[in-house]
Amino acid sequence: MTDAVASAPGADTRKSARFLYVSAVVFLCAWVLVPIYFLLINTLSSPETVTSFPKPFLPEFDMGSLTFFAGFAGILTALKNSVVVAGMTMVMSIVIGAPAGYALSRFEFRGKGLFRLLILLTRAFPLPLLALPLAVLFIRTGLDDTAFGLAIVHTTLAIPFAVLITFSLFSGIPIELEEAAWTLGCTRLTAFTKVVLPLILPGIAASAIFAFVISWNEVFAAAVLTIENRTLTAFLLQNLDTSPLHLKFAGGFILVVPALIFIFAVRKYLFAMWGIANR
Amino acid sequence: MSARVLPYVLILPVTLFLCLFFLYPFILVSQQAFSNGSELTLDNFREVTSHWKFPISMKNTLLLAAVVVPIQVALALLMATMVSKMGKGRDLVLYIWTIPLGISDLAAGIIWLAIFDQSGFLNSMMHGLGVIDKPLNLLSYQHPGVVFLAIALAEIWRATAIMLVILVAGIGLIPKEYYEAAEVFGASPWKRFLRITLPLLRPSLQTALVLRVILAFEIFAVVAALGGTLFPVLMGETYAYQFDLLNSRAAAAMALIILGISIGFTLIILRVLRVPKGASI
Repeated sequence: MTDAVASAPGADTRKSARFLYVSAVVFLCAWVLVPIYFLLINTLSSPETVTSFPKPFLPEFDMGSLTFFAGFAGILTALKNSVVVAGMTMVMSIVIGAPAGYALSRFEFRGKGLFRLLILLTRAFPLPLLALPLAVLFIRTGLDDTAFGLAIVHTTLAIPFAVLITFSLFSGIPIELEEAAWTLGCTRLTAFTKVVLPLILPGIAASAIFAFVISWNEVFAAAVLTIENRTLTAFLLQNLDTSPLHLKFAGGFILVVPALIFIFAVRKYLFAMWGIANR
Repeated sequence: MSARVLPYVLILPVTLFLCLFFLYPFILVSQQAFSNGSELTLDNFREVTSHWKFPISMKNTLLLAAVVVPIQVALALLMATMVSKMGKGRDLVLYIWTIPLGISDLAAGIIWLAIFDQSGFLNSMMHGLGVIDKPLNLLSYQHPGVVFLAIALAEIWRATAIMLVILVAGIGLIPKEYYEAAEVFGASPWKRFLRITLPLLRPSLQTALVLRVILAFEIFAVVAALGGTLFPVLMGETYAYQFDLLNSRAAAAMALIILGISIGFTLIILRVLRVPKGASI
């Protein structure tokens, strides 16, 4: 594959192939980034500019839209609710999911196949639909329109991922490490907390962030299950018909920003998790 | 605790949680869909399927999936193979390409609204090129094709990343020796892709397709942001039954119909792309 082997006529086609390849990569990067840039322009423009025509292709760094967004009745509460629900989802899915990931990676037990099937089934299921019966159930138990109730539904969404990610993380740590700790006098628990836990903590954090993003982005269940305590996605969805454009764009931008940061934080683990999950 | 009991203790929380909040509501939704308050009936299904909007929303949902998913498969395969032989810059490119993974469907709809809106960037660009004099209201009933295009583009933009991630992980599992051997025998890059990558990537393709197709039938917020009532889809109708019409039995019936389609297509994909026993890596 080195250029030195290439004969003279081959070098020319190789050069153009290389050019095609690089421009395709650049084009696909632009395909992802340019729409986000457009949203950024709208967010950083005054409300008047947002509805004006033709549009400038550079942001004017006017905080008008964002100030309007922050001052819009109920939106800061919605933002707070989104964070609270996502935080709860994050904690619950890890606390409930991680032990199962550990069990899958370390033990052979009867019913393991069935258990994996249940997890995979959950993933292959239009889960937000379950918000419909849960709405009734929650009214009976007093969980309706609460952050906790919604967090439960979001945890159902996040748990298959939490189990699969932690499963792949634990599988990446040789059991010999734990066994060595046992021979040195650790119990199963202390070996886990002193040897395994420090090693996988970053990975656990990554899968927690992933759970946060799942909840942060979820629209359907949030819109069905909350009325007063709406999350940001539910708030924006229910005001789509009535809210002015600059509110939509500012809201959309606030939704996108954490995504940019979080995907950056978990980028290393994205691929590891799917690699294991497919085996 | 003995090693025999421990695994069961560890999987107990998940199992309980999923039974309570996954299997149980699933039973509830089925009950609701098949009852009229006192007895078993198919009335709810008859009611929703005989509504004039049902055939349209079914057609729209399926058509959108049929257009969007194949493009996403092709695009994700292209991106994954491009990334697999990338040297420096790989991490940056992969990060950029996976950004949409973290973006919600609602935000994606709003992003493409910024482009297709009457005062949006597409109109501004066409104006700048001198194609139009005054902005067109592109997302209106006069331009059903543009509404469809906007929704399809937003879906392709947003949801190709999940397939990309699964396929990149899958390609990483293919032993390099196969490619080296193929190169020794003089196989062209295209032939290597066709004879090695594609067949060995089958399990990943299967996962990616199942996940993607199910999500395609759940399309909702992108449509709400871009098309509104101009482009009815199944999930949007379900939401309307629950919220605007306060008819949760009909909503439950719609939910089961979506579920049925999803399961049907999942089985078809699993069958068509089945991995022969003992042939996996």
